[in-house]
Amino acid sequence: MTSILFFEQLLNGIQFGTMLFLMSAGLTLIFGVMGLINLAHGSFYMIGAFSAALIASLTGSFWLALLASLSGAAIAGVLIEIIIIRRLYRRDHLDQVLATFALILLLSEGVRWYFGAFPLYLDIPENLNGTLPILDDIIYSKYRLFIIFMGLLIAVGLYILISKTRLGVRIRAGQNDRQMISALGIDISKLYTIVFALGASLAGLAGAMIGAIQSVEVGMGEPILILAFVVIVIGGIGSIKGALIGSILVGVTDTIGRIFLPELLKIFMESASATSVGSSIGSMLIYILMALILIIKPSGLFGKT
Amino acid sequence: MKKFTTTLVALLIMGSTSSFADGHKVKVGMITTLSGGGSGLGIDVRDGFMLAVKGNKNISVITKDDQRKPDIAVQLADKMIQSDKVDVLTGIIWSNLAMAVVPATVNQGKFYLSPNAGPSKLAGKGCHKNYFNVAWQNDNLHEAAGGYANSAGFKNSFILAPNYPAGKDALTGYKRYFKGSLAGEIYTKLGQKDYAAEIAQIRASGADSVFFFLPGGMGIGFMKQFSQSGIKLPVVGPAFSFDQGILKAVGDAALGVKNTSQWSKDIDNNANKKFVKDFQSEYGRLPSLYASQGYDTGKLLISAMSKAKVKDKDKFRDALRKADFSSTRGKFSFDKNHHPIQDIYVREVIKEGKILTNKIVSVGLKDHSNAYVSECKM
Repeated sequence: MTSILFFEQLLNGIQFGTMLFLMSAGLTLIFGVMGLINLAHGSFYMIGAFSAALIASLTGSFWLALLASLSGAAIAGVLIEIIIIRRLYRRDHLDQVLATFALILLLSEGVRWYFGAFPLYLDIPENLNGTLPILDDIIYSKYRLFIIFMGLLIAVGLYILISKTRLGVRIRAGQNDRQMISALGIDISKLYTIVFALGASLAGLAGAMIGAIQSVEVGMGEPILILAFVVIVIGGIGSIKGALIGSILVGVTDTIGRIFLPELLKIFMESASATSVGSSIGSMLIYILMALILIIKPSGLFGKT
Repeated sequence: MKKFTTTLVALLIMGSTSSFADGHKVKVGMITTLSGGGSGLGIDVRDGFMLAVKGNKNISVITKDDQRKPDIAVQLADKMIQSDKVDVLTGIIWSNLAMAVVPATVNQGKFYLSPNAGPSKLAGKGCHKNYFNVAWQNDNLHEAAGGYANSAGFKNSFILAPNYPAGKDALTGYKRYFKGSLAGEIYTKLGQKDYAAEIAQIRASGADSVFFFLPGGMGIGFMKQFSQSGIKLPVVGPAFSFDQGILKAVGDAALGVKNTSQWSKDIDNNANKKFVKDFQSEYGRLPSLYASQGYDTGKLLISAMSKAKVKDKDKFRDALRKADFSSTRGKFSFDKNHHPIQDIYVREVIKEGKILTNKIVSVGLKDHSNAYVSECKM
């Protein structure tokens, strides 16, 4: 019984992790290539979810909605990069934090102004509804398996993009030496726009996929953003591989800790206070994990020292 | 000369109106959640309140957004009391914010009328003569849910709520009335949206029913994921996860769920009919229970103002205590600790045409007060 529960929770953790990966991959790329701290990354998550909800209510198709989330967030990303972000690359990090924080407020209010403060409806498609038996006794939500699958697909896609394509070479070069590659005649500002839009669209896709099982509402991106920052700090800033490993680590730790810590405490505490103390410590667990990893590896698991 | 006389007349008029109307005017400070997750609740309370006081020239309202953050709520309250000199504060949605703001406010001699949060601490030992709750004591709706669970024949419930004062009150309230055993009890993080881990535990627990208190966006996520999980257990909860503002986002997953509420749009009395109609024509949407609470708060304030000046604190307090207004809930009075005595209904989520809404099934608890009255020394 417990082993089934454990395995199911492990899958939940991995699913949470792959979703975090979509967020943190973009964040870490943008930081690695442009040196930009982008607090507004969570807003693209929200924009993706709202674009998807809009298209889903117009067309009724979940797949078109997913496409809309990718393109909606990418378009928003391109516009914001050209109009605002571009001016921030040379500024120091405090300016970037202030400006992108202002962007969060602007985008949230803008979305509220257009869509209203009440949550929107976005549902999963019929053929992903329900559960799928994997192994004998374990049944698991089809849609969550789909999220895991999409996350892994994108991880592989990003790996190919970064290591095998010409664009990937430029991105890696940009990470290493910005001045050199612009001296070599590569249009660095176009490269930056592409990377920014790529990051934004991944966040948008995550927003739409998660919005379908949670809620599509203003301010949905900020709680995820904090976790995404934890992930990239753990994984090492700038490293996609670090983002993947960090995401899974954070996802699994959070899920397993949240559920099994109260159970563990029940052995030597009475039930009600074990539940309360356990869930409080459970929600701290990922930050404890982050602190431990930073003590051992100050620049993260795969960070450059 | 002519200019002088006009100025003089103008001054006289100004002087006379201000001295005449001064005591009848009331300045209201509304601190509520207008941005971020949970803003739907604050907007409904605000809109309901503004609808109630609409056209009343003696009431001026300053509205500020607390962003669901206790520290910001405290700053806003300080500013409203110190520099805006408000007479009455209201608007807070979340119990943790109420705990941070209310005690200091009422100790400074201001009135606080709560349109939503009703933490047990402020109903029992921490009660105060200047604090009135117009909505409910936090436990109330959950107590009714526990009572309903008995009558529905549930024997083994799995219960969950967020880890904050109102969440603890919720589970306490349910357990106070529910006679069966508990298959599990979980506190989740406030603001949590993903319940895969909790749902897996429910599946493994062998429960025969689920009770949950997850207000706002939290409940949307839970209901959707629960219905996708294929678990076929009956669900019961307070109205917060099934109110008009979020039903649309939950979708058909909510259909048929029983929930408990002190208000419903089909309560049959004139005040309620007028409220539902006016709210729809003013804002173009159906009101939620939060809107009804904001509306009743406004009406209560107006009723007290017609009886006493706000500066005359003792008289004004007595006028508030009488609750001499027609509530959208019908019968409404305050118990000794300034919390409502009212009926709590069991509702069911139904579809009216294409719109999901609620209909009353039965009266869960009649003339219900709260468990903390005896603890309150007032």
